[in-house]
Amino acid sequence: MPVGLLGRKVGMTQVYGEDGVLLPVTVVEAGPCVVLQLRTAERDGYEAVQLGFADRPRGRASRSERGHVASIGSKRQRRLADAGVEQSGRADCEPKRFVREFRTDGESVDLSVGDVLDASVFGDGSFIDVIGTSKGRGFAGVMKRHNFSGQRASHGVKRVHRHGGSIGMSADPARVFKGTRMPGHYGSAQATLRHLKVVRSDAENGVLLIRGAVPGPNGGFLVLRHTNRH
Amino acid sequence: MHRLVELAEKSSLRENPLHFEIGDTVDVHTRILEGNKERIQIFSGVVIARRGSGTREMFTVRRIVASEGVERTFPVHSPKVAEVEVKRSGRVRRAKLFYLRDRVGKATRLRERRTTPKPAAKK
Repeated sequence: MPVGLLGRKVGMTQVYGEDGVLLPVTVVEAGPCVVLQLRTAERDGYEAVQLGFADRPRGRASRSERGHVASIGSKRQRRLADAGVEQSGRADCEPKRFVREFRTDGESVDLSVGDVLDASVFGDGSFIDVIGTSKGRGFAGVMKRHNFSGQRASHGVKRVHRHGGSIGMSADPARVFKGTRMPGHYGSAQATLRHLKVVRSDAENGVLLIRGAVPGPNGGFLVLRHTNRH
Repeated sequence: MHRLVELAEKSSLRENPLHFEIGDTVDVHTRILEGNKERIQIFSGVVIARRGSGTREMFTVRRIVASEGVERTFPVHSPKVAEVEVKRSGRVRRAKLFYLRDRVGKATRLRERRTTPKPAAKK
């Protein structure tokens, strides 16, 4: 399977599809993505293509981030070259904020370091998976986090309208079972939505319109790949 | 709004904008599918509201059918709305004519607005 793309969620809107049906779509800024590195079985133990998206100002990037995309003539690099160690190629681009790898084990990939991918990776009407970080909800109660029903608004319920109720039995087993659903941190976790339709792919402007919602806040980074559910 | 969202909406917007104003009496021509034949249905009444922006812009038309008020809301940019024909222009002083809902009979009439061509701008 060809590698996917990295992108950023812009926001949602509605567009008219064929037959004048109004479709809810998420606008995603997709690409351009630079191939930063090719992982090989010999050197890394697995095969993958590493992509980078969105520039990080050089002054804000760490030395390792800068060194990853361009040769900056470090002492270490000079020593390695002197010792005759072969250096892997650099993409020669700006440092990237968002870097992810796509596994390509056993597949032939027609890409080399420095290549740029754009939204044309996904055609109109193709289906993709979208991986993002869901909106953070902080320390959330049991109604929001686990869809518990809570308790009644009246009939003697006092101050526990949004509580969960019982969390176990009594003297036997005299403990709370592991995995019992309780309040706690919710959101800000990786979320994958599979089999979403690409309504429109506009490589010229680097925009994908994806039917329906996509995880995360506007401005959140996304990994887009060809769907693995058919 | 983000420029990319505007870009995405652009293709869904009407190429030739509809020209009508609040208080106008209009005929709205809508394309409807009967079996697999398409025909035009006309809904006529007074435009009492227009709301929203971009692809979400809607307008509401009110008419009286069998002495019962009927309102229908259309998306401005829907390809199903074939045409909006202005039959008469009403002189109104507000953007939302919800007060018409409380009126019956003769009181629902709006004073007509005579559209005169604007005098050419002077230097």
